[in-house]
Formats: sequence, C-alpha cells, structure tokens
Amino acid sequence: MDSVSLIHVILFLPLLGAAINGLLGLFLPSWRDREGLIGLIGTAMVALPFLAFVVLFLGYDGTAVVTRLFTWMAAGDLTVDFAYRIDELSLLMGLVVTGVGSLIHVYSIGYMHGDDGFWRFFAYLNLFIFMMLNLILGDNLVVLFLGWEGVGLCSYLLIGFWYKNLANSAAANKAFIMNRIGDFAYLVAMFILFREVGSLDVSSLIAGGESMDPTMLSVAVFLLFMGATGKSAQIPLFTWLPDAMAGPTPVSALIHAATMVTSGLYLLARLSPLVLLAPGVMTLIAIVGATTALVAATIAITQNDIKKVLAYSTVSQLGYMFVATGVGAFYVAIFHVMTHAFFKGCLFLGSGSVIHGMHHVEHELEHDGHGHKLDPQDMRTMGGLKQFMPATRMTFLISTLAIAGIPLLSGFFSKDEILFKAFEAASFGFPAAWFVWGVGVATALLTAIYMIRAYVLTFEGAPRWPHADRLHPHESPASMTVPLWVLAGLSVVGGFLGIPAIIAHGDLNWIHHWLAGEHGPVAERVFDGHIALALEWALVALGSGIAVVGVILGWRWYTRQGLSFDDALQARFGGLWRLFQGKYFVDEAYEKAVVRPVIGGARYVFAPFDKYIVDGLVNGVAFLTRALSFMLKYLQTGLVPSYAAGIVFGVVLIVWLMLF
Amino acid sequence: MVSLIIFLPLAGAVLTMLARSESAIRWSALLVTSATFLLSLGLYIQFDPAVSTQAVPQLSQISDLWFPDSMDIKYFVGIDGLNLLLIMLTTLFGPIVVLSSWTYIGKNHKPYYTLLLVLQTGVTGVFAAFDVFLFYIFFEITLIPMYFIIGIWGGENRVYAAVKFVIYTLVGSLLMLVALIFLGYAAGDAINGGVFTTDWYKLVAFNMPLGTQNWLFLLFALAFAIKVPLFPLHTWLPDAHVQAPTGGSVVLAGVLLKMGTYGLVRFCLPLFPNAAQDYAMLFAVLAVIGIVYGALVSRAQTDAKKLVAYSSVSHLGFVVLGIFAFNVEAMQGAMIQMINHGISTGALFLIVGMLYERRHTREMSDFGGIAKSVPVLTFFMVLSVLASAGLPGLNGFVGEFLILIGSFSSTLLASPWLVVIATTGVILAAVYLLYMVYAMFWGTLNRDENRDMPDLNRRELGLLIPMAVLMVVMGLAPSPFLAKSEPAVKQLLETIETKRLAAEEMAGAISAADAPPSAVNRD
Repeated sequence: MDSVSLIHVILFLPLLGAAINGLLGLFLPSWRDREGLIGLIGTAMVALPFLAFVVLFLGYDGTAVVTRLFTWMAAGDLTVDFAYRIDELSLLMGLVVTGVGSLIHVYSIGYMHGDDGFWRFFAYLNLFIFMMLNLILGDNLVVLFLGWEGVGLCSYLLIGFWYKNLANSAAANKAFIMNRIGDFAYLVAMFILFREVGSLDVSSLIAGGESMDPTMLSVAVFLLFMGATGKSAQIPLFTWLPDAMAGPTPVSALIHAATMVTSGLYLLARLSPLVLLAPGVMTLIAIVGATTALVAATIAITQNDIKKVLAYSTVSQLGYMFVATGVGAFYVAIFHVMTHAFFKGCLFLGSGSVIHGMHHVEHELEHDGHGHKLDPQDMRTMGGLKQFMPATRMTFLISTLAIAGIPLLSGFFSKDEILFKAFEAASFGFPAAWFVWGVGVATALLTAIYMIRAYVLTFEGAPRWPHADRLHPHESPASMTVPLWVLAGLSVVGGFLGIPAIIAHGDLNWIHHWLAGEHGPVAERVFDGHIALALEWALVALGSGIAVVGVILGWRWYTRQGLSFDDALQARFGGLWRLFQGKYFVDEAYEKAVVRPVIGGARYVFAPFDKYIVDGLVNGVAFLTRALSFMLKYLQTGLVPSYAAGIVFGVVLIVWLMLF
Repeated sequence: MVSLIIFLPLAGAVLTMLARSESAIRWSALLVTSATFLLSLGLYIQFDPAVSTQAVPQLSQISDLWFPDSMDIKYFVGIDGLNLLLIMLTTLFGPIVVLSSWTYIGKNHKPYYTLLLVLQTGVTGVFAAFDVFLFYIFFEITLIPMYFIIGIWGGENRVYAAVKFVIYTLVGSLLMLVALIFLGYAAGDAINGGVFTTDWYKLVAFNMPLGTQNWLFLLFALAFAIKVPLFPLHTWLPDAHVQAPTGGSVVLAGVLLKMGTYGLVRFCLPLFPNAAQDYAMLFAVLAVIGIVYGALVSRAQTDAKKLVAYSSVSHLGFVVLGIFAFNVEAMQGAMIQMINHGISTGALFLIVGMLYERRHTREMSDFGGIAKSVPVLTFFMVLSVLASAGLPGLNGFVGEFLILIGSFSSTLLASPWLVVIATTGVILAAVYLLYMVYAMFWGTLNRDENRDMPDLNRRELGLLIPMAVLMVVMGLAPSPFLAKSEPAVKQLLETIETKRLAAEEMAGAISAADAPPSAVNRD
C-alpha cells in the first residue's frame, strides 16, 4: 500500500471500531456481553494503525506526504480541507499514540473485565484514538482543532465513565469546561491568524509568520499557549487533571498521562517557527512551565491517593516539557513527551494493577461483613505488595527510577536535556532562564523523593490493610502484566534515542536529527555560543547526583519510618505542608472567584433581571394599554345625550381653533 | 413546483378536516408532509447555484392576476440560494413534527393537525415569496395557527403565552406594514412609472434616499428582531416555548425563528444598505449581549425546556452577528447556522418532549441518573447537546466558526473585542448544556418512576435518527450545502455595496458639505 492509503487506513480504522462497538452495543444489547470480541475489535483498530505507522516510518524518505480527503467547509476566502500530513513529527507522535494506545487497549481487556460498560469503554477509547490522530495528523489548525476538542470530548466521556457516582460526572464537567476555556483562546488565535495570514494551513502560517505584525503574532502565540495550558494542565488551568483521575485507570494512563495532555506541547512544536518569533511569550511559557512543575511536585509529596500522586506528577512533568518549549528546544519537549508516555504510562497501569488487587481485598472485606471500609487507592492501607504482585512491583520500580532520572534510564536523558537547554538559554542572553533552570533542578529532587515515597508506601514494608494476615491481593492477569513489562522495557531504553551532545558532539542524538534536522519540521532556538564540554559534564553529574540523592533519601525516610515520616514532615513544616496538601487552595479560589459569581450571577442577577425588568417592561406596556382602554371604555356610554354633548364640545373646539 | 410545495400542506389540511378517524387524520398529515418533503428534494436537485439570480429566482412562478393593474403586487415565488435550504428545513420538519405529536396530542386531533399543515404552508410561503407584500401575508398567516397551537394544546399558562406571542409579533409586523406601504409607493414613483410595487427585484434595484432608509430599516428590523428574537425583545420566546406542545416548540425553534433572521438578510440588508451598515454595530452589540446573556439565563433555569429555549436566544445571537458582519464568511456562517440551529435545537426539544411524555414534568430535579434506564435516549441527548454546544465534527461548529472568523475579519465591526466576547459563548454553551445532562442523566437513579421509564420506541427512533445523521453529515460535509448559497450570498453583498455607494454618491451630489455621517470605517 502506498502511504496515502495507509493514512486513510490509520484514520478510518479507529473510527470504525468506535462505530461498531458503540452502535452495536447501544442498539443490540446482546453485543454487550461479548467481551472477547469487543476487546479484540477495539484493540485491532489501534494495533493495525500502529503497524501502518511502522511501515510509514520505515519507508519515510524525508519528504512530507500531505493528503486531502475532501473539503470540510469553504466560504469566501476560507477553505478548510480534511488534509493530513505525515512528516517526522507526526510519525513520531503517531507511533507513540498508537503504540502505547495498543498496549493500553490490551491492558483494558483485563482491567475492565466484568464491567457493564465494557462495550462503551472500548468505543470511547477507539474514538479517542481517532480524535488524537486527527490532532496529530491534521494539516491545518481547524482539523487539529477537531481532534483537539474531540479528545476533550472523549476525556469527558471517560472521566465520567462511571456516571452513577455524580462526583465522577462533576469531574468530567470540570475537565470539559476548563478545556473549553483553553479552546476559546485557541479559537481566537485562529481568528487572528486567519485575518493576518488569510489561511489556517500550517505551512502557510509558518510561511506567513515573518511578515505578520509582531504584536499580533505574539498575541496569537500567547493565545495558542493559553489553549495549551487547558489541554496540558498548566497554571492556571491545571486543576481539572487531578480530578480527572475519577476515570478508569487505563484512561488515566492513555489520555491523562501519555497522549492527550501532551497535545499542547505538540501544537507548539508543530508551530515552532511561529513561536520562535514571539520571544516574550516564550519566556512566559518557560516560567509558567517551571512554576507548574514545582507547584505540582510539592503537592504530589503530600498526596495519599496513589493516582493523585501520579496525576500531580504528570502536571509537574508537563511543566518540564513547557520549560523545554519556552527555551526554544521544541524537540526536547517532544522527546520528554515520548519518554514520559513510557514511564508514566507504566506507572499508571501499575497503579491500576495495584487498585485491581486492592479491590479484591476490599471485596473480601465486604464479604466478611466486619464493617471495614477500604479505599483501594489509598496508599496508607497498602504496603508490602511486592510479595503478592511481583511483576507489578518490578515494573513500577523501574519506571519510578526512570522518572526520578537515574542515569541511563529514559527519564534521565530527556529531563537532563531540558535542564541543559534551560542552562544554555540562561547563559546566552535569557536571564529569566536562570530561574527556570534553578526551579527545574529543585523539582528534580522533589520528583525523586515523591516517587520513591509512592513506591515504598505501596510495595515495601508490611501490609497495612485490615486482616492482612489472611486477605491477600493477587497479581493481575497476563493481559495486564505484559503491557507493563513492555512499557517498563521502553522506560529503560527509550532515552537512548536522545543521547546528549557530550557524546560524539550530538551526532548520536537521533531525535534531534529526526525532528529538528535540516528538513525536520521542528524549529529550535540557536545560541551564539557553546557551553564548555567540562561544564556540560558537570551539569550531567549534577543531574545524576540529584536523582540518586533523592532516591536514597526517600528510600531511607520511608522504609525506616513509613507513614510516620509524613507526620514528621507535617509537624516540621506545618503551614507549608497544609498549603501543599490543600493543593494551594486553587480550587477553592476558583470556586469563590469564578464559579460562584458566574452561577450566582446567572441565578440571582441575570434570571431575575430577565423576568422582572426585561419581561416586566413588556408586561408593563401591556398593562398600561389595558388600563388605558379600561378608562376609555367609559366614554362609550351608549347614552345619546352624552354623545350629543361630546359633539357640541367638539364643534366648539374646532370653531375656536379656526378663529384664533 | 414551488407553489405545489407551498400549498400541498394546505390541501392536506382539507384532507385532515374531512378525515373521520383519529388515525386517518394522523396518517394523512404524515403522508402529505412526507410527500411535500420528497418533492422539495427535487428543488434541491434542480437548483443550480451557478445560475445567476440577477433578474428572477429559479423555478419561479409568477401570477399577476391577484391584484388589479393599478398596483404591482404579484403572486411571485421562487428559489434562490438564500431560501433553498430554509425551505428544505421547513419541509423536513413537516413529517417530524407530525410524528412528534403522534401520541403527545391527547385531544382535538383534527384541528391540531389541520393547523400544523396550514402553518407549514405559511412558513414555506414566507421563505419562497419574492414579493414583499406576499411575504407579509404569509408572515402574518403563520401567527394564527401558532396562536391556537399554543393556546389550545399548550401547558398551564398557555393562553398568556399565546396572546403574548401574537401581540408581540403583531406590534412589529404592523409597523413593518406601514414601512412596506411607504416603500412600495416610493419605489413605484421612482422606477415603476408611478405604480405601487412590492416586487423584490424592483425594490432591490431602487436606491432609497439615505434619510428615509433609516426609519424604514428600523421598522423592518424591529419586526424581524422580535421574531429572531434579538435581545432585549426575546421574552415572548421562553413563554411560548415552555407552554407550546412539543410539536409547536419544534416548529417554533426549527423554522419560525428563522423567518426573522431570513427577513434581515432578504429585506433589511439589500433594501436599506446604508442604514443597515450604519446600524450594524448596534445590532452586533445586541447580538453579542444576547449570546452571553441568553447563555447565563439559560444556566439559571430549572426547567429543561426553558433552558433549551434560552439557548436559542444565545444561538441566534450568533446568526445576527454573522449577518451584520457584512462579509461572505460570516454571512455564509449565518445561513448554515440557521439550518444547524433548527436541527440541533429541534432535536433537543424533541427529546425533552419525549421525557415529558414519560414523566409529565420538565423539572430537571425530577430526573437524575436516567442514563441507566434510557441509554438510547441518553445517546441522542448527548449527541444533540454536543452539536448544540458547537463541538467540531458536528453541525453546530460549522456555523459558529464561520460566523466568528468572518466577523473577526469584518471591517465593519471594527472592534475584535466584540467577537472575543461572542466567543465566550462557546464556553458558556458547554456550561449550561453539560449542566442539563449532568442534572438529568448522570448520577444514581433514585426515583422509582424514573427507573421503569421505557427507552425510545420505534417512532421516536425514527424521529431522532435522521436528526442525528444530519448533525454528523452537516458537521463533517457542510460544503455541498454551503455551495448552494455562496453565489447568492456573494451577489447579495455585492449588490449591497454597489447600492450603498450609489446612495452615498446621490446624497453627496445633493449636498457635498452636509454629507451623512457614516459609522463605517473603510480602508
């Protein structure tokens, strides 16, 4: 098959899978019980596109392929085609999305076994993949936006998947609306770009960027970044992501860690030549990214829900990626997107496996009827799981070390590269990057500590759930552990795609050549000088040292003191700890400053205004008219003398008027 | 053929009047409306947008036997790019409304279906008329059946709502009549040899002096703004919607409101171009207020039907904004948004009506968690909500996007901030629509009467499936539909520009020093 038909296959299959499982499940209740078939179709519709991506990747000759399916809409000067682009960037993202996506589909067959909504789940997942592919492959901002909002929809549907619990649905609404705030900015950015450039095709925009009014360009880039803060959960729009953990865990892994939340980075990388023309906005991006990384990491340390730790960790890691974007190293952001997809996907799936196991314990406890309640996600009632779930434990440990940045694991390469790029920017004319770099280094230490804490509290020590002596969780089935091992393997080796410049002058940095090479679609900021080789080695040593120190500290504290170390920290840092644990009270602030004024305003100002003032005026006019006619009707007495008197009066009046 | 499409429902009305049994009434109404829809498909196929519409519309029918020669008032109907899709929408809603009333209407079947059919003739006539006087007559004809439909088959407060609806609309349309007569004489004196004329093409060819344009425009625009309804003239709408039976609400939202926006496009803009541009900012501002205001008031409702009703105020604000942006993108967006709003809001009213039939309540708090008991209905509800909220890939997005992107580039609406504020409507739409879904469909089923609710039956599925298909088709492939209206829209805008300049030149020649002020920034 030629590459154009492959693109069609890639796009069409996930949509087909969503339609089959969704519509058959909806209209044909007997379909819903056929878990095997549903899972098979769902997985195949992602795995086959993955194979197609592999074929495209292997056969890629360095020239982008653009295919137009048909015109979406056209009016006046605006033409929007369903046009898709295969190039270095979309190939890499496509491989990650469909590759990790396939693994997560396989995992879901085990994880969702027995759920009423099994069919629905796979339909949503396939629809998500379809939308994500639109986002990645779209050759203009509108098709990209179709994917952008489409993944938001799937995220909404999957966060609120267990809709019987209204809290889940509330989290889903929150995610959708916060994303829409970002989407609003994206829309306005499109309006500006269309007015200034006259097209929304990526290539025309990049070509037209130079001649654009710099202020307008900066505004547009700023708005796109604002859109990215919504989708990629950055300050100020990050609070939906932790709540999004209400969804089933494979969703957290796929959408809220590996793929959808990285869309913002992808968008900025796709438009990197434009972004480079707005250096002021880039500085802002770097600062927001660094701040988000630190804030989220401090919150992560205080969380007891295993998924919440991972959620804040994701926010924090996304912050790192924005740092890379902000200092002009777009390809490094994508590099970290990729390695993060591996280790965070693995961590989330691992936590899902843990929850699966703890669920069993919870079930047994309920069966016992001793009135013990167990939250299967609370790390305080876990501990010692390594003896019961060896595969889960080992893969979780590997990916924990990877995210902590232990040398030669994938996270080490990508995170170190980000910090190095920030250092480089700071050294050559962007002093704000010193702040960014410093915060990045500090956050790296925190990352190692909170991840080791999560690992130790979950897997090490003695079990802490009730009746731990006789109730044991079991290791998850192979459909779940095999994806874990694959992702853990990738977390180990994935970093070698981006070997830093200290070795062979960067010639071995494959990802740099691939994305940002001579013909690569991703631009990068070029500096006037070079960091001395010795200094580079020192930075690498610093990065490795911090990771190792963080891991060792965390290991000591939490293996020796366990949960009581949290209490010690709390006693030591009092107010600060409460601030972290309270998530900086951002939700509360939004509730007070935005949600309540809007809803309250609607309910207590606008609705009464409409009822009593606007409609009141209408009814008032009607009332006046009636009152007037009520009075006038007395003139119609039906008595001849009074009519005669009226006539006489009228005649006199007319004569008087005529005379004078 | 156009006349057949207009009057076939009227003939059907005779049929329903003669029919003896309940089912004969319903079936004959369904048959006639379906036949009309199939016929109108012929219009769609025959209509060629490439043919210039300079002199007469396509498939036109003219008869001047109607009025004596001393007046140039004709029966003149036809099809052009501006009305084709609206006529299709009207005929499509014919069978849909009949089916939606199938079991909902519990009393007086005969007059109900008869009135529905009369109403359809009126609405189709409004869209098809190329004589302004004929348009006016059809415009008024629609009031009578709607008045009875709300007043007889409506809810508790039906008489109030019906009277309000009629009087409010009449105030506007009678003032329009005055303007219309004035216009007919003025145009007749100037270009028709002194014979009063209401022929649309002749009126378009006539350049009205600037001063007169202003108040004629305002009188026409008032009538249409009430119909749309434009903020702050909208308060008849929620009452009418909530009180009307489902079928009435669907017709009202689906097609009746579009008579207002269509009137703006067809008459206000080309007949009074200078005034229209001078007042563009005013209308755009009111439209944007309507977008935000309608959305906020919508969020405050506890009655699902009222929530949907206020969403119309918000959505039609987009249409009005697009009309007064005076460029092809926005105007095309407005044209397609009229259709799309009909489909998605029509579907929402249908679904709310289906729930009402099951539970005899529309209070959102009486529901909760019903996704469990009615999954298929939930699917259609969520789909319609997403279409209405403008999710890309579904129909609502296309119109909104074109309107906003066009208005943003509009030289007339000098301030992009206006469009930015309008765009917040996208956020707010998600806020109020998702709230409705949240309150009614998610959560635990904690009421017994909701637990045993039957899911959609075949008739209801037959109603919603075409709507769902249209939402997807018009969301992904709107270009064939857009292509039908694009030449007409372009030509309309060109005509407006030519006429505007001509009128200004005329005024300039009369008094160069006393040039009329123009709010328009042309560079």
